Amino acid sequence: MIAWIIWLPFVGAVLCYLEPRIARLVGLAVAVLTLISIGQLSAEVMRNGAYSYPMGGWLAPLGITLWADGLAVWMLLLNAVVGLGVSLFASGYFKAPAAKHFWPLWLLLWGGLNGLYLSADLFNLFVTLEVVGLTAVALVTLSRERIALTAAMRYLLAAIFGSLAYLLGVALIYAQHSTLSLLLLADLNTTPGTLLALALMTFGLLLKTAIFPFHFWLPLAHASAPAPVSALLSALVVKASYYLLLRLWLFTYGDGLAAAAQVLALLGAAALLYGSLQAFRQRRLKLLVAYSTVAQLGYLCLALPLMFIGTSAAAYHGALYHALAHALSKAALFLAAGLVLQAYGHDRLSGLRGMATHLPITTFTVALAAVSLAGLPPSGGFIAKWWLVTAAIDSGQWVWALIMLAGGLFSALYLFRVLVIALLEPRSGAALHPVPRGLELIALALALLAILIGLRTPELLALLAPGLPLGGPP
Amino acid sequence: MNWDFWLPLLVLLSSLATGLLIFTLQGRLRNLLNLTGAAVTLVLVAIGGVGALRGAEHETRLPLLPGHDLLLRIEPIGLMFVALAAVLWFLTTLYAIGYLEGSPNRSRFFGFFSICITATMGIALSGNLLTFVIFFELLTLATYPLVVHPGTREAMRAGAIYLTYTLIGGAALLLGVIWLYTLAGPVEFTRGGTLAPLADSHQGALIAIFFLLIGAPAVKAALVPLHGWLPLAMVAPVPVSALLHAVAVVKAGAFGIMRVVFDVYGVELSAAWGLSGVLLLWAAATILYGSLQALKQDDLKRRLAYSTVSQLSYIALGVALLGPLGIIGGLVHLVHHGITKITLFFAAGNLAETMGIYRVSKVDGVGRRLPWSMTAFTVAAMGMIGLPPTAGFISKWYLALGGLEQGLPWIVGLLVLSGLLNAAYFLPVVYRAWFMPPKPEFPAATGQDAPWRMLVPTLATGLLSLLLGLFAFSPYSPLVLAQEIAAGISP
Amino acid sequence: MITIYIYLTAAVALFAIALAGLLLTRHLLRKILALNVMGSAIFLLLVAIAYRGPEAPDPVPHAMVVTGIVVAFASTALAVALARHIHAETGMVHLPEEQA
Repeated sequence: MIAWIIWLPFVGAVLCYLEPRIARLVGLAVAVLTLISIGQLSAEVMRNGAYSYPMGGWLAPLGITLWADGLAVWMLLLNAVVGLGVSLFASGYFKAPAAKHFWPLWLLLWGGLNGLYLSADLFNLFVTLEVVGLTAVALVTLSRERIALTAAMRYLLAAIFGSLAYLLGVALIYAQHSTLSLLLLADLNTTPGTLLALALMTFGLLLKTAIFPFHFWLPLAHASAPAPVSALLSALVVKASYYLLLRLWLFTYGDGLAAAAQVLALLGAAALLYGSLQAFRQRRLKLLVAYSTVAQLGYLCLALPLMFIGTSAAAYHGALYHALAHALSKAALFLAAGLVLQAYGHDRLSGLRGMATHLPITTFTVALAAVSLAGLPPSGGFIAKWWLVTAAIDSGQWVWALIMLAGGLFSALYLFRVLVIALLEPRSGAALHPVPRGLELIALALALLAILIGLRTPELLALLAPGLPLGGPP
Repeated sequence: MNWDFWLPLLVLLSSLATGLLIFTLQGRLRNLLNLTGAAVTLVLVAIGGVGALRGAEHETRLPLLPGHDLLLRIEPIGLMFVALAAVLWFLTTLYAIGYLEGSPNRSRFFGFFSICITATMGIALSGNLLTFVIFFELLTLATYPLVVHPGTREAMRAGAIYLTYTLIGGAALLLGVIWLYTLAGPVEFTRGGTLAPLADSHQGALIAIFFLLIGAPAVKAALVPLHGWLPLAMVAPVPVSALLHAVAVVKAGAFGIMRVVFDVYGVELSAAWGLSGVLLLWAAATILYGSLQALKQDDLKRRLAYSTVSQLSYIALGVALLGPLGIIGGLVHLVHHGITKITLFFAAGNLAETMGIYRVSKVDGVGRRLPWSMTAFTVAAMGMIGLPPTAGFISKWYLALGGLEQGLPWIVGLLVLSGLLNAAYFLPVVYRAWFMPPKPEFPAATGQDAPWRMLVPTLATGLLSLLLGLFAFSPYSPLVLAQEIAAGISP
Repeated sequence: MITIYIYLTAAVALFAIALAGLLLTRHLLRKILALNVMGSAIFLLLVAIAYRGPEAPDPVPHAMVVTGIVVAFASTALAVALARHIHAETGMVHLPEEQA
């Protein structure tokens, strides 16, 4: 059953490619079915704890083993919920020619992501990383514009480079330990060889997660893609490489790396500050949102050293909650930006005066997303910030705590700038195209979820529990 | 149905539900729903109040984070604030319906208005610091759309400054709370505070945390030099200024300071290390500064704004005095100032809407045209100056006694001086309105006074400010309640 | 044993040269080729570490190489197609120096 979570989207992708007329139907059906299967998986993991599943009955080191623990389930669910929302939106957003290409690519991407989260060996992770990267690049080109093509090329070159660095690291690990299984590689000694491997893999993954200073490919790629694609990229794709980074540092390498993790935090802080600065300077909405992603990913890196220190899992929970809240609110924000583009024909901020009167629901969506991204209560972003700052102060790392709080203020700064313009009196004579109410509501629903997860924390945390980080997989 | 659990939550939900529904409605139905919601809240608060005074313990506890709960409690200090909010919400809604007749985006306005009330009541009913922080920030977010409601450049600028001040304050508050939690675990509001065990080992940290915790409330309470946003926010419509100045934002700030001093640090710890001393001087400086600035303002609402800056610090002064009499003065002024100041704003709004008067220099002779509104204004002005038998006199009396009780006679001098300054910037308005000949550019008379929806609340609050002074010593009055509370804080 | 070091060194050198090529050239096809050579360097490394003396070589790295070749093929195909489209759209075969 667990393997179906990976195969279902792939099968769906093939169907969509062969028969474009039923693509939308197949896509939505796959979305719903995938969500249901993942729901079942999470129920089972909560009941019986983490477990591994050898595909085809072939055991490691030759076979491919799937591994489902709390972290994997969390990411799968994140994907499924956002994926369903974006699929619903896309079914109403894309017109015929683009839709034909969107659905197969998106389902391939989804299958790759699911495969990534369930994989437990390093090479399989490489393959799924490639699948994810290639399909994401292809999705960027959907709009066919020149700027999208060049952005996609830059993205592709960076993605392949990152994967190759990762692969080299994998090869080095195999050379020294003769196994690729994450389950067997727990708590590695930090010999020069393994450290080199880790450095290579980390570099590759940082490049794919667009952490400063390797962020150069992200803003244009995310901004020039069609809105649902931007949502998927910012919400889901960048999280995949981060997840892998987390697994490697926390599970595989363990405590020996506490000091080195500070380097990652430094990069995260730089990302937060640089991304916020650039976001503030943007004149166009989608670019602003893309730079916001660069900044917000910084939080995830800031969290890393905090997970090594102290006995509480606050930093771990904070990072994962942040990933979830960011995915929901960033997807909502990009979808809203897409609606703005559809209504006004452009996304220049200066032309969006009075948006609150023209598009009240969409403006409200932007406001809710802004609240979560700025870490203001009551929202998932606030809970994440609470945990992260608590972890920082608890371990005496005041600089990171202050930077995180400042980051929240910066996010408020550039996001509220959009709201300010929206709340101005509208200029008469603005030509507006109508926007389907259903699409507005879908974006709103995602933003609402970002807020609501801030209110139901204990239930969500139970999902994360099996296979806790500091104990590693059993 | 477990009434004890549900009542605090219902108090909040009644305004939240009203607010959310209002966004989707228009016209008469919306107004009806709005007033009904306000009435329901009033009833619920009354039930809670009566229950609390009889010793019932209403408490809502919802797990929010592992080890941290969202905690709402109906208890005496919070009750004063929440009752003030409930009564004034009802009256201000009525007023706003009349004031905003014909203006755009009213559903958005009233929706956010109601959510502001939810946030304010959440602050009043908070039982621990985490809950307090959540509703405090929510108040910032909910008031912002109201400040920028006119949609003009000026309004947006005022809104931006407002947000800058309050969000930075909010970040400082969050830092302080998290820091405190790492030292002391989840901190619930308990009379006398729970931090005494940490006093010796963490002196530096506790001092820093005190100012971090006071920071955001000080911004909202407009303590100088954090007051800059308040006069600018006067660009918002009168109901917003009335709400901000009498009920929601500024009182939430003063209330926050109270909570930190009484229920987090406790009176003894606050006195240690000179913390309350700093607060005392800070409040005194603000009292003087606000009054001096008020003298210079020709714009009527700005004059009232600076008056608020000054008067709010009476509450901080009372809190900082730490003795029972001073505390009574501070507590009771929370209510008295709210009622009195809102009367002034209502009357100012009547002047503006009916006669187009926005400046003190244009007020001449308006007493003849709007006699009822100006009477209310006059009574309220006397309350601000502190003349008997108004409610304002009662607060000042206790504050003065509080100063003497702590061996600080200069407090009495300060209060007298402030009273004189208040007279200096209020009496001219009163005098000109009643005794000077009217300006020729007054529009033609359309009726006796302002429209009834605006007049009734003005008179109601004006009357109330008088009654609270006359009947201050009757049971269930704010003064008697404050006396009980103070006895528990500082026997 | 010495031979394995030759292969390893060759792999590292190839990787470094190709990396320099990736970063220093502007022409898209050259960048793609550089990435391919980097991939080949890694494959070389993998095959080298599969050596187990007199026994049969370790099949796992061989499997990785075969899979890797397939993956490289797919990514190269996408990259070249994209480069062609860019050329058709812009007439250039390098990325413009645009910054957001």
